[in-house]
Amino acid sequence: MTVTTMDSVDRATVAPRAESRVWKKLRSNRSALFGFGIVFFFVLVAVLAPVLPIPNPTATDWGAVRKAPSAAHWLGTDEIGRDELARLIWGAQASLLAGVVSVLITIVISVPAGLVAGYFGGWIDTIISRITDALLATPFLILAIALAAFLGPSLVNAMIAIGVSAMPIFIRVTRGQVLAVKTEDYVEGARAIGLGHFRIITRYILPNVFSAILVQSTLSIAVAIIAEASLSFLGLGQQPPAPSWGSMLTTAKNFLEQAPWMALWPGIAIFLVVIGFNLLGDGLRDALDPRETD
Amino acid sequence: MIRYIGRRLLIAIPTLILISMFVFALQKLLPGDPALIMAGDQRDPSAIAYYRLKYHLLDPIPVQYFYWVSDMFHGDFGMSLRTKEPVLTLIGEKLPVTIQLAVMSMFLALVIGIPTGILSAVKKGTITDYIANIVALSGLSIPNFWLGIMMILLVSVHLGWLPASGYVSPFDDPVQSLRTMAMPSLVLGAMIASAFMRHARSAMLTVLKTDYVRTARAKGLREHVVILKHAFRNALIPVVTVAALIFGELLAGAVLTEEVFTIPGFGKLIVDAVFNRDYAVVQGIVLCTAVAFILMNLVADLAYLVLNPRMRDAA
Repeated sequence: MTVTTMDSVDRATVAPRAESRVWKKLRSNRSALFGFGIVFFFVLVAVLAPVLPIPNPTATDWGAVRKAPSAAHWLGTDEIGRDELARLIWGAQASLLAGVVSVLITIVISVPAGLVAGYFGGWIDTIISRITDALLATPFLILAIALAAFLGPSLVNAMIAIGVSAMPIFIRVTRGQVLAVKTEDYVEGARAIGLGHFRIITRYILPNVFSAILVQSTLSIAVAIIAEASLSFLGLGQQPPAPSWGSMLTTAKNFLEQAPWMALWPGIAIFLVVIGFNLLGDGLRDALDPRETD
Repeated sequence: MIRYIGRRLLIAIPTLILISMFVFALQKLLPGDPALIMAGDQRDPSAIAYYRLKYHLLDPIPVQYFYWVSDMFHGDFGMSLRTKEPVLTLIGEKLPVTIQLAVMSMFLALVIGIPTGILSAVKKGTITDYIANIVALSGLSIPNFWLGIMMILLVSVHLGWLPASGYVSPFDDPVQSLRTMAMPSLVLGAMIASAFMRHARSAMLTVLKTDYVRTARAKGLREHVVILKHAFRNALIPVVTVAALIFGELLAGAVLTEEVFTIPGFGKLIVDAVFNRDYAVVQGIVLCTAVAFILMNLVADLAYLVLNPRMRDAA
């Protein structure tokens, strides 16, 4: 009976009110809306890539090698005559996919680990926290490079490497939130009426740490996109001839004098999509922070 | 204080053990027999047998780990497959180059980031604050390897002011050394400066709300005295400690910066090692980086103790 009452309070009153407050704050934050707009645009472009009227991104044209931007090729062509715009659009798919999938890999492993560490404490917490410390002691990109090197160069392995490297931050964030939430009255109440650990964690703790995970995920996608571009730039991510913003920059570096536009567009694209996720993440953090007043 | 340092060092031991296990496990990710990889393309049977024996590859994995760790305690981090030099020697040769890059970048980052952060906090809500925030967010969102490429395009290719690549030791030619390192330091420093700016702004905003700043204002002190003498010094405490933690980002950023500007440092060493499948070098670098990072964390904690008397009493 008590549980029903707590649930009904959670769902019927507190949650909608909190949701509307968060939504209202997010809508009134122009930076966050701008960030959302950028992200939405890139997602749309990446999804629509197969149906957009653009040339094949891997088709070479030896008659149009390193052509400057023109009506035929809006953003110019690369060193073997491939259309830069087409490669940029298909590259968006690789970058966004890498950003989202690597963060999903991280969430699937580290959120349960953080929940268990924070909720149970004791030796489980000690072991998970020491592993987290060890992973945190190696700089993110160096860890990702080492993992990608040993796994072999490919986009999938780059995503795994980035996902594993981002795990310690998520474990820490989740664990910290659980420690704050588990002493709340409603968790104590759930425990007092004899609910099992799994039910308490999934029903009462997870929904309350969700906002922190959401903010961290948005900001981490930005980091993951830069990391994927970095790994591809080093030759450890997407492999040629498949387009990727990082590998486009690797090639562009060799033609700076002859075709500077080759280096311009992929960098601008990375910058825009990353700043979009950062603005959205900052906005979400402000909107979800109860200390921030309207 | 000494007991505190001892305690912190003791906590670092399990972390180091776990890192070593992780780095050791990396080589187990490789498909096939490591002896075959070490023997190279010729795959001479005697060489394969030699490597199997030398690295105890026929023993159980825990035994292999034990030998691997004990070799490292004796300063043997393995041998580079490509140059046949000890890994530690290679790292020792490249490290001064990266240290020069890191020091110059850190200097630029502190000089740009902290005053901008302080100014942004003092002028909160004004156009100065707004611009500073946009610049900082942009600095964190621009991939530093792209910034490097753009700077080469502008400063070296178009203007011809500075060399696009290469390295000259400051002991051979200090002026040329500064010229070659100016652009890479600025590229790496810009990324770190953005982080400093955000930390400095946040720390300053917290300090400006404290009672002692309010008291200093109530005493009738001039605003610049309140800001520089009372607020700034206290806001600097968390920022200085963050400087040690940003060291990790600096090392990671150095990998890409060195690749763009063809600087023969620590970062270039790991990239080359990855492509030459020189796994012992990759492992050595990851391990050395982790040890350095742990030490820097310890330095950060100690700096916090030295700078903050309240923490000193608690320790």
